[in-house]
Amino acid sequence: MSSYPLLSLAIWIPIVAGLLVLATGADRNAPLARWLSLVGAAIGFLVTIPLWTGFDSGSAAMQFVELAPWIVRFNVNYHLGVDGISMLFVLLNSFITVIVVLAGWEVIKDKVAQYNAAFLIMSGLMNGIFTALDGVLFYTFFEASLIPLYIIIGVWGGPNRVYAAFKFFLYTLAGSLLFLVALIYLYVHSGGSFSILEWQQLPIPLASQTWLFLAFLVAFAVKVPMWPVHTWLPDAHVEAPTGGSIVLAAIALKLGAYGFLRFSLPIAPDASHELSGFVIALALIAVVYIGFVALVQSDMKKLVAYSSIAHMGFVILGFFMFSAIGVEGALVQMVSHGFVSGAMFFCIGVMYDRVHSRQIADYGGVVNTMPKFAALFMLFSMANSGLPATSGFVGEFMVILGAVKFNFWVAFAVATSMIIGAAYNLWMYKRVVFGAVANHHVAELTDINKREFLILALLAAGTLWMGLYPQPFTEVMHASVNELLHHVANSKIQ
Amino acid sequence: MLWLVPAFPLLGFLLLAAAGRRMGQRAVAAVGTGSVGLSALAAWWAAIDFMASPGHAAWLQALWTWMDVGGFRVTASLYLDPLAVVMMLVVASVGFLIHLYSTEFMAGDEGYGRYFAYLNLFVAAMLTLVLAGDLLLLFLGWEGVGLCSYLLIGFWYRDPANGRAARQAFIVTRAGDTGLLLGLLLLFATLGTSDIQALLAAAAGQWPIGSPLAAAAAALLLLGALGKSAQLPLHTWLPDAMAGPTPVSALIHAATMVTAGVYLLDRLHPLLILAPAVQAAVALIGAVTLVLAGISALFQHDIKRVLAYSTISQIGYMFLALGVGGWVAAIFHFMTHAFFKALLFLAAGAVIHALDGEHDIDRMGGLRRQLPLAFWSFVVGGASLAALPLVTAGFFSKDLILWQAWSTARPGLWTAGWIGALLTSLYMGRLVFRVFFGPATTPARRPFGWAMGLPLVVLGILSVVGGYVETPPFFGDVRLLSSFLGAVFPAAAEAPSGAGSELALGLLAAVAAIGGIAAAWELFRRRQRLAAAEGLLQAGWAPNWGFDFLYDRLLVLPYYFLAAVGRGDIVDAAYAALADLTRYCHRLLSRTQTGRVRWYAAGVAAGAVLFVGLGVWL
Repeated sequence: MSSYPLLSLAIWIPIVAGLLVLATGADRNAPLARWLSLVGAAIGFLVTIPLWTGFDSGSAAMQFVELAPWIVRFNVNYHLGVDGISMLFVLLNSFITVIVVLAGWEVIKDKVAQYNAAFLIMSGLMNGIFTALDGVLFYTFFEASLIPLYIIIGVWGGPNRVYAAFKFFLYTLAGSLLFLVALIYLYVHSGGSFSILEWQQLPIPLASQTWLFLAFLVAFAVKVPMWPVHTWLPDAHVEAPTGGSIVLAAIALKLGAYGFLRFSLPIAPDASHELSGFVIALALIAVVYIGFVALVQSDMKKLVAYSSIAHMGFVILGFFMFSAIGVEGALVQMVSHGFVSGAMFFCIGVMYDRVHSRQIADYGGVVNTMPKFAALFMLFSMANSGLPATSGFVGEFMVILGAVKFNFWVAFAVATSMIIGAAYNLWMYKRVVFGAVANHHVAELTDINKREFLILALLAAGTLWMGLYPQPFTEVMHASVNELLHHVANSKIQ
Repeated sequence: MLWLVPAFPLLGFLLLAAAGRRMGQRAVAAVGTGSVGLSALAAWWAAIDFMASPGHAAWLQALWTWMDVGGFRVTASLYLDPLAVVMMLVVASVGFLIHLYSTEFMAGDEGYGRYFAYLNLFVAAMLTLVLAGDLLLLFLGWEGVGLCSYLLIGFWYRDPANGRAARQAFIVTRAGDTGLLLGLLLLFATLGTSDIQALLAAAAGQWPIGSPLAAAAAALLLLGALGKSAQLPLHTWLPDAMAGPTPVSALIHAATMVTAGVYLLDRLHPLLILAPAVQAAVALIGAVTLVLAGISALFQHDIKRVLAYSTISQIGYMFLALGVGGWVAAIFHFMTHAFFKALLFLAAGAVIHALDGEHDIDRMGGLRRQLPLAFWSFVVGGASLAALPLVTAGFFSKDLILWQAWSTARPGLWTAGWIGALLTSLYMGRLVFRVFFGPATTPARRPFGWAMGLPLVVLGILSVVGGYVETPPFFGDVRLLSSFLGAVFPAAAEAPSGAGSELALGLLAAVAAIGGIAAAWELFRRRQRLAAAEGLLQAGWAPNWGFDFLYDRLLVLPYYFLAAVGRGDIVDAAYAALADLTRYCHRLLSRTQTGRVRWYAAGVAAGAVLFVGLGVWL
């Protein structure tokens, strides 16, 4: 265990770096802003590495805990800590931040400092969400993280960006308000505590648990997003700049899923069991129905956005079968989806930067002019459709294996969705990449440069590592997942 | 050192993928062919080591722990037993010959490096599939070969038709693969392990014969095998897969990958034994497929499509063998088929190469003198395929299958096999006569060199002598293969009807083979007069028995329809309606804001009257 407040560093280094970047001011200092952002993001990532190397995977307790009083009057504390469930997401988030800064390097020419600062600040806030153990602290980070993303979509987005930003903000805010009510109820019910860990031990009658569960469900389902509250995501993705899409898909969607594990399941275990059938039904609809919707999209970003929703359906399904293999599979799927969907959005961004179109119909024969890009894009398309040896397979496999034990027909339904997954990924890939050169835009394409290659290679390494040797990832989860399941199995009704 | 066998081609792939575009064609050819050559050497080394070891005890080599979650552990491990030895040797050796052939066939193609990279990856995946000791690793190889097949069918990507064929192949096999994955998951979930040997032992221990779980698992695995091995009703992708380069058709779509289904069922044969109903279905599907595909082959005009339907038909024989418990016979036919079908495809490739890409047999003819090596390859390969008695490898393997169908008292299956044999020699005779006899129509422009010639010669020899490892009692009674594989399989259930009836059946098979060729010659001589009749028949059969039509109407069109409905994501319409409603109310209310004081006063007065009225009323 390190004596440094690593979690605080993981939160505040990016935020302070972001403020410094803001201070560089106008665009004539853009190179300075870029380098400062990269250094800030890199240091932010480096300080999270000891979290993994120093992690005691035998223990289910919170580690690297920091505790200080914040608002004494209401017993609100600055309480941080990670367990095997949250630790990987702190790393993933900090890693993706480096990728995002690199991804916008020479693409963003307008308000460079503000752009990078928004991402850095958001990175710190999201680390705060994953590490907060105090309800108010969590809620503060949870709500604050909306603002940078709102700005990113609204300022650097596409032509319809204001509509998308509004839709995004309204959906998530509507969900969060019920969440706030739930927090206040728990504060009162627990006799004046905001500690999430104490809430998890709190006995609650079934009726209250059900209300709490539903409040959490609305808040987190919007974030995940689950069917039928998913419709903000495709619009947000389409309008967001590439970096925004990467963060949205790789990290922001995980916040909702993480909320289920931190709040819904342990605080309202009986209600979770009662309503698991309902949630699983929603997850199945997400996997199957959304797969069909994805198939017919003509906009590449929309297609990948819908495929994200389907993949998150797998995650929710994994959670609500209440088995170790399901939950760990879902967690693996979340990390894997961070690499793969991030890479998919970056690939689309690479093409968009050159042609300024996301329509599949505007492409064709890209392999002729961008062979290196085509090879890497193929890898990620395959990972997105769950080919073995990629990370996409491991998570889906574990979830479906859990599903077979749970109910064969559930497994059957999600397994068939793998055909749809292969269909829409390959169809897009074929129409965009194969064939003769479609038009002069494609003919003038230049292959990826060193910066773009570096980004894709980093993500490819993550995808293959997780696909071939997921052990290091699953090892750290075991104790915490078992503890969680143990917790969920015990009734809290007195 | 067993891991070296798949590792060499994988290394070749990585090298070519990283630096293939900077290498010259010579270097690419050296790396691509050399890596598979080294792999073949390692395979032979391991095989000799294995055969020298007393008792042929299986080797198990654990590589690394792939996953370990919730008490379920997956170890990536290699397993070498006699079955794996036979498969490994065929894949590595034939793979090497086809790589060598490709160095010349693909010369000058702008995708030379890409081609060898894919082909190396394919060999690595196929060897992983064959050597896997764990079912999940087998599945990795299984999907890997599917991916390479997809990439290589669509290799000439400029033509959109090729991309379409590639996608069709991937999705149809993926449909089967989903069944396979579900079957594997069902096995893992109920038996608690993914190690093949432990799993089979557990299945035999826990399930009685005919248990519904075993039947469900076996049926799901069968679905995967049907997709990969292009058997009815999932066979539609293979003829279209001929869009790939011809050596690819030889290696992937004839010799190795498409037989993966046969290998899978053979490897997991104890499960089939536990599920007699599924095993009977395997035999039936094999019998129906071999006859229908044989008839389809008779009416094709594309030289490669004839061979593709022939492949479907021959794999039908292997399924028939599996269905009647002829575990050894299926592998035997796999082996001889790998030799003669690879030979036929490579020879067809030589013809196509010489005619600058001509595929239509109507525009070929009289090539006997211009391309003697291709001609003789076709004669040897075709004779072996048509099972010309005693002098060809195909005769012995097919004879064993027919004998096993008969001896397990299934005359119906035997009859289907016999009709299939007749059809085989008929369509093969038609093909050889049309291409190599008669008047020369298109002149051969490009001769070919040793790199293409040598594999033809080697495979030609193997197509003849490859059968002598296992012969019937009336011809030497050699039992090399079945005694080597005896450690893996239970003895085939043979009725003690003796050598006499086996000889009689062998004679009947010989009649089918020779009769078919003779009939083909007769038809060839009278082809002018028969052309009209053929055209008429073709209208009925050539479109693949209506399967493509059926799938188009039953699956693809409804799919498009559903998709068209889903394009806008109906759910969003509900939210849009909510937004519209809000906007409408807003407009309604804002209309009252007219700024005219009289209206406001009237409103206030009306409201007051209303509320007072309500108060009085209630």
